[in-house]
Amino acid sequence: MLKISAAKLNDLFDAISAKQTLYIPVDREPNAAEFKKYESGMKLSASLNTIRSAKDFFFPQTENLADFKMNGKNIEVKDIREESEDFVIFGVRACDARSFGILDKVFLSEPVDSFYKNRRDHGTVVTMACTRPSETCFCTTFGIDPTVPEGDCAVFFDGENYFFLDRTEKGTKFVESISDMLEEGDASKLAEVQENARNIMKKLPLANLSTDSFGGDKLNELFDSDKWADLSEACIGCGTCTFVCPTCQCYDIRDFNTGREIKRFRCWDSCMYSDFTKMAHGNPRTSQLERFRQRFMHKLVYFPANNDGEFGCVGCGRCLSKCPISMNIVKVMKALEVK
Amino acid sequence: MQEAMIKRAKELLADGTVNRVMGWKRGEFSYDITPAVFETAEELDAEFVCDDLTQANVSKYLIKESRKEGKILALLKPCDTYSFNQLVKEHRIIRENVYVIGIPGGPKIDIEKIKAKEISGILSVKNEDYTLKIETIYGTETMPYYEAISGKCENCKSKKHVVFDELIGEDGDVLESNRFEMVEKLENMTAQERYDFWRDQLSKCIRCNACRNVCPACTCENCVFDNPKSGIDNKAAADSFEENMFHIIRAFHVAGRCTDCGECSRVCPQNIPLHLLNRKFIKDINSLYGEYQAGADTTSRAPLNDYSTDDCEPSIVHERGVE
Repeated sequence: MLKISAAKLNDLFDAISAKQTLYIPVDREPNAAEFKKYESGMKLSASLNTIRSAKDFFFPQTENLADFKMNGKNIEVKDIREESEDFVIFGVRACDARSFGILDKVFLSEPVDSFYKNRRDHGTVVTMACTRPSETCFCTTFGIDPTVPEGDCAVFFDGENYFFLDRTEKGTKFVESISDMLEEGDASKLAEVQENARNIMKKLPLANLSTDSFGGDKLNELFDSDKWADLSEACIGCGTCTFVCPTCQCYDIRDFNTGREIKRFRCWDSCMYSDFTKMAHGNPRTSQLERFRQRFMHKLVYFPANNDGEFGCVGCGRCLSKCPISMNIVKVMKALEVK
Repeated sequence: MQEAMIKRAKELLADGTVNRVMGWKRGEFSYDITPAVFETAEELDAEFVCDDLTQANVSKYLIKESRKEGKILALLKPCDTYSFNQLVKEHRIIRENVYVIGIPGGPKIDIEKIKAKEISGILSVKNEDYTLKIETIYGTETMPYYEAISGKCENCKSKKHVVFDELIGEDGDVLESNRFEMVEKLENMTAQERYDFWRDQLSKCIRCNACRNVCPACTCENCVFDNPKSGIDNKAAADSFEENMFHIIRAFHVAGRCTDCGECSRVCPQNIPLHLLNRKFIKDINSLYGEYQAGADTTSRAPLNDYSTDDCEPSIVHERGVE
């Protein structure tokens, strides 16, 4: 397997970033990592994951879609789309890598979202295998193996060396582009590291969380459950869970009048917000119970119903650590579980 | 102390003084505690928790809860009683429908502070003589209690319960805190340094609105930032100006009403020290209009809602803002 020693990792980053934009997770503060555009000398974060998910690269929080200019009775529509440049995201975890597959199902099915596709086409996802999962991790519940992450190219760290495994055509191209810096290495220690991580995964407190009670065919019993009242009781209706979530994909489209023209933009929306999907007649979900239920029904019932049984959660655990009142999908699943 | 709370809550439920209890529910781990309303003794026995990791201020929930049938028991830490009082003063909480038990306050432990020490896979946290014993997937870790103290408890302003019907534990005093230290530090910066500090912080904002929604002073039925009729509704910040605007307007709106409970900074997923904006207002109000603590009572007139002939002239306020 091709590898590079840990001491040379920054040389590799320098080489990649000389050719295209490179993003890596760095520590902004202790226990607060974020993806940053690589600049020489930046240190790869040792944190398990970033606070914001990697979905931002393909589905940014805000983006302009089109400009409109009124000229008497004519409206001029300006297509402001530009071809994205090639970029590399290094150090994406298995959960976030899977989330791209979920987002693809939404944005790349007909009609294709050209804004999303543009970035997806130009982005190379380099994932990093997990060796030290957290108590909030439950990706295995959704069939993810964090020791062998998806992505265009997977990277494995055995404590001394980073090993590279290309998984797609794009990944092969990426490995080829850096091949002069890599050398053939002995991956025997790697198997041990992976085995160790798998054993930890089995012992995690959420290792036995099951999806058996959920799925597209459980609509009525879950929707009508009397548990939603208790579960949603303390929800403050903020958007933290939806905004740190790697799979939440809802957005709002609005027009902004600059005084000279109209800028049509979209921005992340949250089903937890009181004006979510508000229409001319008003809001279809008037209580926090309904809004709260929407989020979990979407991930556990509606999404699998429309996507061959695939759930809309990847078990990254971000909502577990960030919800202001510590309510989250794990508590919801455990409460609604049919034992 | 938790047992005493459960015992007393059960008595008050049994004798009909209250029909519900506002408290906290334990979660999957030792730290993921959720505010909750309890209706039975069984629920209290099974799920009620109030320990070193129980930080949430439940006062805001009482706006809604005090409008329901029957009386509710609220267990309030000293800092929570200020929020509660302020909401009574603003006619948001119906005082008669809440039975308040003052409970001891912090200093509370914040799990984020433990995680910042690169301790991960946390299964449980125990306080043994002010040393935290932390059980993790990777073994047992220890750290001094004081290093894990919640940001909101670091500069505690008061151990006094400003409102209660009875107490569990002792009542304390208003403290001489150094809570304005960081504000002074910011004041002593040059305008550019201060601007850079706040841009650095506010650029992290993801506009999740957690700070606003958790804030006991933010109780508008429809916030201007959510209301399309306001003309400044704003679901996401388009640029740095809008990022700043949301937080600065919010700080202005709660000025003179913010009790400095610290919930805004506690819930921020991006660790923005939002409470510093509010503390700046509190410090300025103190120096311009005389010492004032929001929530300390329910009868006094708030400095920004009051006029007296010895109020400082607007020009003085203006001059202070000029470098």
